[in-house]
Amino acid sequence: MHPTRKDKHQWRKFKSALVSFGTFAAAVLVITPLGLVFFYLLVNGASSVNWDFFTQLPKPVGSPGGGMVNAIFGSLELLALGSVMGIPIGVLGGVYLAEYGTARANSMLRFIADVLNGVPSITWGVVVYGLVVLPFKGFSAYAGGLALGLIMIPLILRTTEEVILLVPNGYREASLALGIARWKTIVHVVMKTASRGIITGILLALARIGGETAPLLFTAFGNRFWNHDLSQPIAALPLQIFTYAISPYDDWHRQAWAGALVLVIGIFCINVLVRVLTRERSRTTA
Amino acid sequence: MPVEEESAPAKMSPPSRFGDKAFEWLTLAMALFVIVLIFLLGWQLARGSSLAIQKFGFRFLTTSTWDPVAEEFGALPFVYGTLVSSLIALIIAVPLSIATAVYLTELAPLWMRQPIVSLIEMLAAIPSVILGLWGIFVMIPWLRDYPFPLLKKLFGWTPFFTGPIYGTSMLAGGIIIAIMILPIVTSVSREILRSVPNLQREAAYALGATRWEVTRIAVLSYARKGLFGAVILGLGRAVGETMAVTMVIGNTPQIAASLFKPGYTLASVIANEFTEATTDIYLQALFEIGLVLFGVTIAVNLLAQLLLRTLTTTSTTRAVQ
Repeated sequence: MHPTRKDKHQWRKFKSALVSFGTFAAAVLVITPLGLVFFYLLVNGASSVNWDFFTQLPKPVGSPGGGMVNAIFGSLELLALGSVMGIPIGVLGGVYLAEYGTARANSMLRFIADVLNGVPSITWGVVVYGLVVLPFKGFSAYAGGLALGLIMIPLILRTTEEVILLVPNGYREASLALGIARWKTIVHVVMKTASRGIITGILLALARIGGETAPLLFTAFGNRFWNHDLSQPIAALPLQIFTYAISPYDDWHRQAWAGALVLVIGIFCINVLVRVLTRERSRTTA
Repeated sequence: MPVEEESAPAKMSPPSRFGDKAFEWLTLAMALFVIVLIFLLGWQLARGSSLAIQKFGFRFLTTSTWDPVAEEFGALPFVYGTLVSSLIALIIAVPLSIATAVYLTELAPLWMRQPIVSLIEMLAAIPSVILGLWGIFVMIPWLRDYPFPLLKKLFGWTPFFTGPIYGTSMLAGGIIIAIMILPIVTSVSREILRSVPNLQREAAYALGATRWEVTRIAVLSYARKGLFGAVILGLGRAVGETMAVTMVIGNTPQIAASLFKPGYTLASVIANEFTEATTDIYLQALFEIGLVLFGVTIAVNLLAQLLLRTLTTTSTTRAVQ
């Protein structure tokens, strides 16, 4: 017997509801790891994040306590070094793609930047090792900063280009009509208008490389002490977390959780800042 | 859109062109830096591994002896480990990601979409090393106690789920990679689905299709190629994933059918052994592994970008027409 049209309709609606529920369950599953990671970071890390953590150097195995102050400052120094390299090249390259060049050449450059964004971060570490660490015979903060800076370039290039393309053409035309040179128009009108978006892109790149470990393993190398000489190995928070996590000592595991909590909070603060910046921008344009 | 030079008034004598030229050349040099970078990567990796390439030749990829003392290096177990762990990751992540993307673009109530997207972006922001830390101390013990014994009981008759359960294993590595690539596959798939013109959906609705039928007939079939691009992009990330995998996969160079056995990936062996490489040829072999990893990810990413690019261009031209 053929099912009636009504039965069929019921069945189709049921199937649709079933798929809705199934895809909803998938969405819940996708965000579950986030909740779990956060929960365990708080449970295992919060008790070890204290004043000592932010003021003390790591203690040798066996003596409890100690902190990661050198790693926190080391990470900030590495980010600064990376920025010196990555921000000017990335931003100005993005300006070129948005303002100059032929469509075909630019689409090729864009393509290469996208491919570079997919290169595993450990590859950058290997390459910088060959470029800097081997010739200068030693791990150094400079090498670590270079590795991070190179990773930043294609990231910032793409975001800068995108936000500059959003600047209405009328702004450029108005400025050029006043007889202002093109490069001044770009710097003072176009880039100024897009500055919030450019900063957002830079912040996102910093959040991304702030948690990178693989490119630092054999460039910055890590250090258990303070280091103020940039040509020497330097500590970094992600490196310290890695070393402590794979160590056999309970006390170091606690420190690793504390370091991870601090790092994640830092990265999420940047992301919240980005969200605030982008929200205000969309409000002003609307 | 770039402004044409000619559109400036021709009669007025413009200020010195020097600043304009200098600025254009400066930005051009910075943009060309990406080309320099890609050649720099390839050149440095090839230079660093030239001796190893000469000494081992193609045998490097087909033999499985990894013996730094005897200076005999074969990378097959690492290639195998990378392939298997990435495959596990794709099997887990692709259905979940695409289903989530479908939910977010087609089925979810509007007020729920943005919060879920934000949460997925936050998952993407978690550094690999922190996920690895969580993997070691939370995920591995849990896998060892509950899902792994269950898998063994249900599928123990297949070669994939046999042998002792340690926790650190190829399967654990695949699962952690899956978590790492979920956000990117989801967000790229979502972009693809959003780029499907609304006319497609409206036409299907007009024929009386249900929500799921609209999604299946009008959206998914239209976006097939782009979704494939998203999957390939995820594969590229999976192959290069380093820290989290290194922390949970067990780091044992072996080729075993059982997914409960520990494995090793190309990226992990570089991370673990690079600073321990005492002899030149050892370092060269690790550089060669880096070269293999670079070659594979470049090829995979090229394919992904081509798939994604052609889709966006055709969909925008169609939308304009």
